[in-house]
Amino acid sequence: MGAFEQRAATQISRGYFVILVTVGMQLGFDRLIEALDHIASTLEHEVIAQSGNGKYVAQNMEQHSSIVPHEFEGLISSADLIVSHAGIGSVLTAARHGIPIVLFPRRADMGEHRNDNQLATCRQLQGRPGIHMAFDEAELRKTITFALSNELVQNAPPKGETGLQYAVRKFGESGRL
Amino acid sequence: MLLAPALDACDVRFATTDAAMAVRHGKEGAAILPDCNQNTPVSAAKCSFVAMFLVFRSRLDIVISTGAAPGFLCILWGRITGARTLWIDSIANAEDLLMCGKLSKRLAHECLTQWEHLSKEPQPKFRGAIL
Repeated sequence: MGAFEQRAATQISRGYFVILVTVGMQLGFDRLIEALDHIASTLEHEVIAQSGNGKYVAQNMEQHSSIVPHEFEGLISSADLIVSHAGIGSVLTAARHGIPIVLFPRRADMGEHRNDNQLATCRQLQGRPGIHMAFDEAELRKTITFALSNELVQNAPPKGETGLQYAVRKFGESGRL
Repeated sequence: MLLAPALDACDVRFATTDAAMAVRHGKEGAAILPDCNQNTPVSAAKCSFVAMFLVFRSRLDIVISTGAAPGFLCILWGRITGARTLWIDSIANAEDLLMCGKLSKRLAHECLTQWEHLSKEPQPKFRGAIL
């Protein structure tokens, strides 16, 4: 059992709320990490951040530049909420675990990404169950507070078979859609 | 990996370009393909070679790809060995299918988009999305 998995088990037994923050494995995203650090100082909840190659050093939360994928997986399974840059990988991970996610898109005009595809991702995913968005620190604080008051947990995505899973199962069995 | 449970009844061989990802999802036995794209012809040739061995050796009935050039190459070799092939375009492509998706409309037996507004007759079809 790795260090993260061990701690995850402890957290579950203590009934902590864990907020996992991730910005992807490459680019840093100091605007999100700094905002979260401010918010974390007013929360009783444990906040763990995977902050990529950013410069900001967090004071109020645990920070790792990268987390090995299988440890990350263990950490996610103990999280109550994910706060993330608007990368599709994070959205899929949250959906796979049925954990609500708050997206905070990178902006090209602030040098956070090459283009504004994360804003586009947010537009496309608007209104999907369990997926929420914030565009600045004030909104982020509000959305996280909302999530921790349990409303998001009730809106977590359904775990039943989707239409696409059904199509894939059928194709696996018969080679036809 | 959101789709993997749908294939629980089948004997499945996973292939990926990222060994750490395979471990993360508990697929330690996954075959590893060299990553490549349309701008890396040498890697593409290497990947094609590895994919060919993988597909030939595994004697596949079905090849399903969720994207990118390495998956496309597996579809290609699958097609040559007589497997039924399915391309599922990434949900990240909401504006248009990427190049491999476009090629797969012709090459794969079936091609699925995860956005209803991108579906067309006869391909790609829309059968829902992972979200």
